[in-house]
Amino acid sequence: MTDQTEFATAARKEWMGLLARAPEDAVMELWDMVPDHPAFDWLRSPEIGGVMVRGRTGGTGAPFNLGEMTVTRCSVVLKDGTVGHGYVQGRSKPKAQAAALLDAMMQTSAAGRIRAKVIDPLKQQISATKTTRAAKAAATKVEFFTMVRGED
Amino acid sequence: MAAQIQFSGGFQNAPVDAAHAFRAAMTVMARPGEIRRLTGSEPPAPLSVAAGTLLLTLCDPETKVHLAGATDTYTVRKWLTFHTGAPFVPASEADFAVGTWDALGPLNAYRIGTPEYPDRSATLIVEGDRLHQRNAVLKGPGIKDVAHLSLPDIGAMQANAALYPLGCDFFFTSGDQIAALPRSTHIRAEG
Amino acid sequence: MYVAVKGGEKAIENAHAWLAEERRGSTDVAELSLAQIREQLSLAVNRVMAEGSLFDPDLAALAIKQARGDLIEAIFLIRAYRTTLPRFGYSEPVETGEMACDRRISATFKDAPGGQVLGPTFDYTHRLLDFKLAADGGVPAAPEGAALEERTPHITGFLKGEDIIQDEAASDTTPGDLTREPMEFPANRPLRLQSLTRGDEGFVLGMAYSTQRGYARNHAFVGELRIGKVAVEMEIPELGFAIEIGEVDLTECETVNQFKGSKTEPPQFSRGYGLVFGQSERKSIAMALVDRALRWEELGEDNLGAPAQDEEFVLSHSDNIQATGFLEHIKLPHYVDFQSELELVRKLRREAEERITPKEAAE
Repeated sequence: MTDQTEFATAARKEWMGLLARAPEDAVMELWDMVPDHPAFDWLRSPEIGGVMVRGRTGGTGAPFNLGEMTVTRCSVVLKDGTVGHGYVQGRSKPKAQAAALLDAMMQTSAAGRIRAKVIDPLKQQISATKTTRAAKAAATKVEFFTMVRGED
Repeated sequence: MAAQIQFSGGFQNAPVDAAHAFRAAMTVMARPGEIRRLTGSEPPAPLSVAAGTLLLTLCDPETKVHLAGATDTYTVRKWLTFHTGAPFVPASEADFAVGTWDALGPLNAYRIGTPEYPDRSATLIVEGDRLHQRNAVLKGPGIKDVAHLSLPDIGAMQANAALYPLGCDFFFTSGDQIAALPRSTHIRAEG
Repeated sequence: MYVAVKGGEKAIENAHAWLAEERRGSTDVAELSLAQIREQLSLAVNRVMAEGSLFDPDLAALAIKQARGDLIEAIFLIRAYRTTLPRFGYSEPVETGEMACDRRISATFKDAPGGQVLGPTFDYTHRLLDFKLAADGGVPAAPEGAALEERTPHITGFLKGEDIIQDEAASDTTPGDLTREPMEFPANRPLRLQSLTRGDEGFVLGMAYSTQRGYARNHAFVGELRIGKVAVEMEIPELGFAIEIGEVDLTECETVNQFKGSKTEPPQFSRGYGLVFGQSERKSIAMALVDRALRWEELGEDNLGAPAQDEEFVLSHSDNIQATGFLEHIKLPHYVDFQSELELVRKLRREAEERITPKEAAE
């Protein structure tokens, strides 16, 4: 049972994180292609706010406040009582709404469909962008050649 | 508990509702003795509408809240967490404390500020019986001649006022009624 | 003394209108879009985010456009905006060891695991103006190598194994926040780092340079400099667990500094730390040097009286919005003040002349 819960939490963390990070255009394009947007009520209508980002002294030591980032959040409830939360980077209320509805739908029987239509394609897009940057970085990695030494 | 209770009962239109509520809270604090209506939220029991609305208006993740006595329930905690994000603390660390006068306990448990920062003090939200403009006689800033307000413990409030510019400030709530008493008000018993 | 005066509404209104027109410049030239600023002036955007203390590239681009490219004015706009945001909470400390690095170099270890990755750097350019850019900015795609999946470990971690570098023990102490509580001195290291990371790049650079020129010299090497993306996680109370709420670009610099030991510490390497929003390399190196200089007391070093060791001096003057506010306010009307000054100087002059004149008359 606990394993089950942890597994569910890990899965939810993954899709919520993905929706938070993904570019607005990418989320909205995939969301618009979902044919049956569910009816819902607001538990918390979208609001824009800040989150203070923290770092650690020396990378590993005591926490310190680095600066804020913008975040938009909202919460929805579907007609069957499923609650969805959207916490997304930036200031897009439509994206937060889509993220909250997707979070709710991922907890219902629609999950398989939403995963195939939205979550997996988003994951692929983000991973492709990341790989391209890593590949460009790899091309700038220095290969050292030892020169002939001046001794004897 | 249904998930809904935790999440419902907040402001319908947060910026507008909170602005109206803030105006009411500011007005009663600026005019000690004045009683106003304060609505906009539907808090879980035992919080009154006025106390719940006030908490939603004044609290956020950086205001520490003390739930005194019967107000400290699982449902109240969940509700305030979702709507405000405020952390819960013991009386000695509180920025805001809510409960009946008896539950809030002796005033010396609360922060009264420092000479450099008198604002680093607690504001108490005292839940109680219906408010009336009688019993204590109030004078001071914000009061033209004298004002009257039903106070739970005149002696304790007088001792608090004597600490001015340090001390606590008070809101009194009952149902949808709200009144206030800042530390700057002079108090004497009617008679 | 401050005396309220009225007037000038019309003049101010017209000045604003002209300002808007000047900001736009010639309408024969296409207007800048925010996307253009965000993509093509990204280091200006980064600076505005770092010193404005708000990570949001689109907002920083808007601020730069509105400020006509005056970055301190743009930072001012961002600072003003951020005060209007409700604070949803505080993130978990970011794990810079998990950074997806665009750039990662070390001046101390040639063969560090993960390698020397140059990234998009100006370092080896010849600083010759490229007139091709004046005509046509088209560029071929950058070459790609084989992307490595493994994480890039912190270089200071290798010295730790030998116990020859001062340790940064993890803690969960809640740091003070100078945007919430006014700074008091002495400030602890977390508060100093918060102040430095949002401090003026020019000021922090100047302070850092002074340590290199001999004012509290601390023999810094860049142990590691890394630039890249890091995920930001926050505990969500209504969920009961932490989720990623986004990712930010960061530049991190760790200096290792030769340290001969002191009354309290054995000979070892000590450390300075810089962490800044965006690709802000100069700023993060400078921050690390100034951080190290300010640590003289905890490391048991002597106070040499150098400006970079004086935390009250450094931290009170590093904020360019505070500084420019106080500096620029003196150009606003001080008519009444000045009238009294004028009266005073006239009176002193009269008295001085009266002292001289009777003497002359007597001769």
